[in-house]
Amino acid sequence: MTIHSRVLEALGTVYDPELDEPITSLRFVTSCDVSAEGDVDVRLRLPTPQCAPNFAYLMAADARDAVRRLPEVRDVTVLLEDHYTGDEINAAVGRGAGFAQAFPGETEGELDALRELFRRKALVARQSRVCEALLAAGATPEEITARRVSDLPDEPESRRCIELREQLGIPGDGDAPAFVRPDGEPVAAADLRHWLRRASLMRTSLEVNGGICRSLLRIRYDLPDPKEVAA
Amino acid sequence: MYEHNGEKYFVMDTHTHFWDASPENWVKGQEQYAEGWINCFHAYQGLGPAETHWPIEKFQKYSEEDFVKDMFEEGHVDVAVFQPTYLREWYVNGFNTTESDARMAEKYPDRLIVNGRFDPREGEAGLRQLDEDAERYGLKGVKLYTAEWRNGSRGWTLKDAEAIPFFDKCQELGIVNIHVHKGPTIWPLDKDAFDVSDVDRTATNYPELNFIVEHVGLPRIEDFCFMATQEPNVYAGLAVVIGGLMHARPRFFAKVMGELLFWVGEDKMLFGADYAIWEPKWQVEGLVDWDYPDDTFSDYPAATTVAKKKILGLNAAKLYGVEVPQELRLPDEAGTPAARDDAQLVEGTA
Repeated sequence: MTIHSRVLEALGTVYDPELDEPITSLRFVTSCDVSAEGDVDVRLRLPTPQCAPNFAYLMAADARDAVRRLPEVRDVTVLLEDHYTGDEINAAVGRGAGFAQAFPGETEGELDALRELFRRKALVARQSRVCEALLAAGATPEEITARRVSDLPDEPESRRCIELREQLGIPGDGDAPAFVRPDGEPVAAADLRHWLRRASLMRTSLEVNGGICRSLLRIRYDLPDPKEVAA
Repeated sequence: MYEHNGEKYFVMDTHTHFWDASPENWVKGQEQYAEGWINCFHAYQGLGPAETHWPIEKFQKYSEEDFVKDMFEEGHVDVAVFQPTYLREWYVNGFNTTESDARMAEKYPDRLIVNGRFDPREGEAGLRQLDEDAERYGLKGVKLYTAEWRNGSRGWTLKDAEAIPFFDKCQELGIVNIHVHKGPTIWPLDKDAFDVSDVDRTATNYPELNFIVEHVGLPRIEDFCFMATQEPNVYAGLAVVIGGLMHARPRFFAKVMGELLFWVGEDKMLFGADYAIWEPKWQVEGLVDWDYPDDTFSDYPAATTVAKKKILGLNAAKLYGVEVPQELRLPDEAGTPAARDDAQLVEGTA
């Protein structure tokens, strides 16, 4: 594997915190250049010049951190282009400064609470997909809520659920209940349909947001239209 | 009025604009923001059918003739509500002010309603201005854009203490329709700018005012829907939902409409074309023709003709006290009630 492909792989672990999708599959990575000496230059782009600065900062900072963790790279530059707070964000990310330092006087704190809020939303949304697949395959609410994490199919959706649980401090070991509310409490069989109704709405919200972002990015940068993600 | 298959629809467009984003109107030193804003809107237009796209020059500044043709002559719109967005930090004369809207509305008094705006950061001067605007334009509504930049501040929320006198003033002056539009920034910047919990609190505190959440709270539809089931005076403004999804992402559109019909209900959804981002013609015709694409959507409430008549105009006519011709009204009977009871069943369980 070349350094270049390892850098790309690292960028693939960076998620848009609002959409819970990798910035690579969202096509937010415009370019990624690696010099012979191992210096890395990453350019990012977003669907509009006015995308929220807090999420924009997180993606740029996370991208820099992810690439810097690779032992074989030397200097890492991450630049967010065509964004109305790009100067502030790029300056802060470039010197490893936090969000509050990027926008002095305009924040009350760092972005941990925001990130956590959206991880909880993402967990709810992703669980709804796993749950609906089980219902469609004929499982009863009782069977579904009796499932443990170790019973979940080994596919990306479930793996991401476990990852999010770890990040949120919700136990995700094999014996833990497979379906939990945002606060980590297990979903009861009697509540499953009601829980799912809300969870599906959360999922629709994230998917629609992602759909609009993809469309706007495509129009903004005149990109070819990939196969539409089914609703 | 739009007639289709023997049915007649009264069309009230609750979200329209007459803006000037031409380079002559850009504030010196702020050109990148002024240009970025209108380019961003122009990209949104790209989500509509190709034959409705405009070149950027026309999109920056269109004429009164364009407006009248696209809205009234071809767009089926009976009555439209102007929603101002000032953005004076970026546009010399403002992007789309109440004043410029009113100049047009004077010529079409039966077809155009002018909404005002306020910004709590303007304090006493802002209150006086609201008083004056209310008297001059006979305001029944205001549009609030919380992400507007002002003197180094990148926005505000409805729950800010400074906003209270403004809502009191609205109540006093009979400005009953509060259109709320969230944008990507607020103070403090580390919070989610699209969060609608401030609307929730204010709607509870001002039960006599109606809160129309524009773009149904996009991109936070879920928070909006949960709130709307709790607050009887919260409405869904469909601008962007129809224009941005019906053509570009039809399955997402069906899901969002289904969720809105379920959680919010057909009595509290309001059509808005968001001109000049999108022309109303294809949206009105498309919505009247619309149904769920297949039976995987069978859990959602039906998209009936009655529901469409309410959404396209009858609901908004009630909020703004617009007289609807007899032949365009519904027969005197209660329509399908909103799914509020169903929605309450699933409250607090996700």
